[in-house]
Amino acid sequence: MGRVVLVTGISRDIGRRFARAAAGDPSIDRVIGVDVVPPRGDIGDVSFVRADIRNPVIAKVIAKEDVDTVVHMSVIATPGSAGGRGTMKELNVIGSMQLLAACQKSTTVERLVVKSTTTVYGSSPRDPAMFTEDMGPKRLPSSGYGKDVFEVEGYVRGFARRRPDVDVTMIRAANVIGPHVSSPLTNYFRLPVVPRVLGFDPRLQFLHEDDLLRVLRHAAVTGIPGTFNVAGDGVMVLSQAVRRLGRPSVALPSFAVGRLGATMRQARISDFSPEQLGFLTYGRGVDTTRMRTQLGFEPRFTTAEAFADFCRELSPAGGSRPMEGAGRA
Amino acid sequence: MPDEARHGARDAVVIPIGTGGRPGRGSGSARPSSAARNLAPAAPKSARKPPGKPPKAAASSRRTPSTDPAAPPRTSTGSATEAQEPAAGAPPTTGIPVGEWLSALQGAAHEVFGDDWERRLAELMAFVRRRLEGDYEVDDYGFDRELTERFFMAALRPIAEKWFRLEVRGLENIPAEGGALVVSNHSGTVPLDGLMTMLTVHDHTGRFLRPLGADLVFRLPVVSSLARKGGATLACTEDAERMLSGGDLVGVWPEGFKGIGKPFSERYKLQRFGRGGFVSAALRTGVPIVPLSVVGAEEIYPLVGNVPSLARLLGVPYIPITPFFPWLGPLGLVPLPSKWILEFGEPIRTDSYDPAEAEDPMLVFNVTDQVRETIQHTLFDLLRERDGVFS
Repeated sequence: MGRVVLVTGISRDIGRRFARAAAGDPSIDRVIGVDVVPPRGDIGDVSFVRADIRNPVIAKVIAKEDVDTVVHMSVIATPGSAGGRGTMKELNVIGSMQLLAACQKSTTVERLVVKSTTTVYGSSPRDPAMFTEDMGPKRLPSSGYGKDVFEVEGYVRGFARRRPDVDVTMIRAANVIGPHVSSPLTNYFRLPVVPRVLGFDPRLQFLHEDDLLRVLRHAAVTGIPGTFNVAGDGVMVLSQAVRRLGRPSVALPSFAVGRLGATMRQARISDFSPEQLGFLTYGRGVDTTRMRTQLGFEPRFTTAEAFADFCRELSPAGGSRPMEGAGRA
Repeated sequence: MPDEARHGARDAVVIPIGTGGRPGRGSGSARPSSAARNLAPAAPKSARKPPGKPPKAAASSRRTPSTDPAAPPRTSTGSATEAQEPAAGAPPTTGIPVGEWLSALQGAAHEVFGDDWERRLAELMAFVRRRLEGDYEVDDYGFDRELTERFFMAALRPIAEKWFRLEVRGLENIPAEGGALVVSNHSGTVPLDGLMTMLTVHDHTGRFLRPLGADLVFRLPVVSSLARKGGATLACTEDAERMLSGGDLVGVWPEGFKGIGKPFSERYKLQRFGRGGFVSAALRTGVPIVPLSVVGAEEIYPLVGNVPSLARLLGVPYIPITPFFPWLGPLGLVPLPSKWILEFGEPIRTDSYDPAEAEDPMLVFNVTDQVRETIQHTLFDLLRERDGVFS
C-alpha cells in the first residue's frame, strides 16, 4: 500500500520541489500540498489544497484524504516573506500548533516529519565546537526565527509524548545552500560586497538543497523516529567561503554590521536578521554521527561541495540575480 | 644641417660600440639593450648622470658574481675601448639591465630561502595563492593546519629559541599517538606559555597540541579567530571529550585566569585546579594525563598591580600593571627575556579506571590533587635547579 503524504508550505520553492520529488517516489501514492497561496511553478502530480494551517480546516483535510504521513516544512525564517514579524510568528507557531492538534486527533497519521533547523542551537562564544542532538542552546533565543523554531520543537516533542504511536522525525538541517535557495544566508552571499564582523571568523556548515530534499524523503519513507542533525561533512570558515566566492568583503565592527543589516532589512535589500549577526560572529557546528548511524542517511554534498555548487551558479550572473521562487507565503 | 652630415654623426657614435649596428649586443635578445639604445644618440646625457645608481648595481653584482648571466658577454664583446667606458657606466641612466635585476633577485631569493630557494619560493607562491582563493581545509574545530604550521609556528619559533631559550625535558613522556591530556601550570599575565608549549610539542614530536581555552578567548575579536585557527577550542566537557576520543593531544591549563593573573608575589604557587573537569574527561575517555611544569613564564610580565574596576567595566578578568606597563607604552609589552624550562612529567594513566568512575567525585578530586602535586613539586625542583631568572 502506498502512502499518502501531506506537505505543508508548498508555495515556497523548497516545499514545492520536495512535494514534486515525493510524488515521483514509488512508495508514495499521493502527495497533497497545503498552503495559503498556490505555488508558483509546476507541481506535477501533487494535488494542491488551499488551506491555512492556522485554522482547524487542516484537520478536515487530513481526515478526508486519509493522510498517513505529514511533512511539516512551513516554518519560515524571515518576516519579509510573511509580511511582518507578527504574521511570521503566527504562521510558524500557531500554524504548527494547529497542525499538531489536527495530527493528534487524526486516526490515520502514522508519521510526522518536521523540518527544523540548527538555528535552534543559537550561536554564542560558549558553544561547544559541535552540537549533538542532546544539547540545547547555551542562551535561549529571545526573539525571531530561533525562538519560533525552539517553540515549535517544544510542541512537536509534546505531540510525540502524547501520541507515542506516531513516529516523529525532526530534521535539524544546517544552513541550506544551493543555486535555487533564497534564504537570509544565500542572500547575504549574493551581496556585491560581503560584510563580515571584524575579528571573527565563524565556522559554517552547509547542506545542499538536493540533500535536504533527499533527507526529507528518506525520513518520510523510512519513518525512523528521533531528532537528527543533518549537514554536509566538514566545516568552512567565513573568510574562506568569501574567498572561494570571489567577492570582495569588508570587515566591520559588530555593531556596524548590525546597523547595516537593519538598514538593509528596512530597504528590503536583504533579510539580515539579528540572530544572523550572532551566527556570522560565532558560527556553529553540528555533529552528524546520529544522522549516519540511526537515520542511515548520507549526504551527497560535503559542505565545501555544496558551497562550490552555490558559487558556480552565482559567479556568471555577477550581481543579484532575481530569485526564483523567493517564498511568499 | 645637411642630411648626410647627420647620418655621419650617428654612424660615428654607433660603430665604436662594436656591434656594427646589429642589435642584441651580447644580451641574447633580438633588440639592443636599453643601455645600448641610450648610448647611441646622446652620449653627453649619459655622462651627466652616472653618480645615480652605480653603488646598487655594484652591490647586486657583487652578491652573486658567478650567477650573473649577463656579465661575461659584456666584457668579451667589448672590442672598442673608448666607448666601453660609458657603456659600463650607462646602465644607471634608465635602470639596471634586466639580467642584473634577475641576478639580484636571484641573489636575494638565495639569501632569504637558502640553497633550495627555487622550490621554496614556488611553495610560498602556492601557499599565498591557496590562501587568497580559500583553497584550504579547516577541521571541525576551525583548526587551520597549514596556517598554523607556516605562519603562527614560524613567527613564534624565534621568540622561543632566541628570546626565552626554551629548554625542554621529558619529551619521551608525550605519547607518540592516541589521545592524551597535557596539563600545565599557567602563568605570565598573557598566556604565552600556552603558545610556547604548543610550539614545543609540535617541533619535538610533530603532533599538534590542541589547547582548550576559556570562553573569554572566543568572545574577543581577533583573538577568537586566531585561537580557532591555531587549533584551540572551548574548554568544556563536550569538546574535551570529543577531541580526546578523536585521538588528539589536548592541552589544558586548569588554573585559568587565576593562574595567569596572579600577582608576582605568588609566583610558582599553583592555584585551584578548576573543578577537576579535565580529570573526568580523561577518565571517561581513558587517556593518560601528562603533567607539564613550566618555569620562566612567571617572570615575563611581573604582575604588580591590577585595576579591578576597569577590568569589571571591560568584562575581562584583570587589567595588568607591570613595572613597565602601561608606563612605557608599547615598549612595556615586550616580555622580559627569562630563561624557560619545560618539563613533561611521567604520564598518569587513567585507563585502569572504569569510565563510569568519572562520576565519582572523590576519585576525580584525588586524581586532580595528584596531578597538581606532581606539577607543584616539579616546579620547586626546577626552581632550585636553575641558576638565575635570565641566565
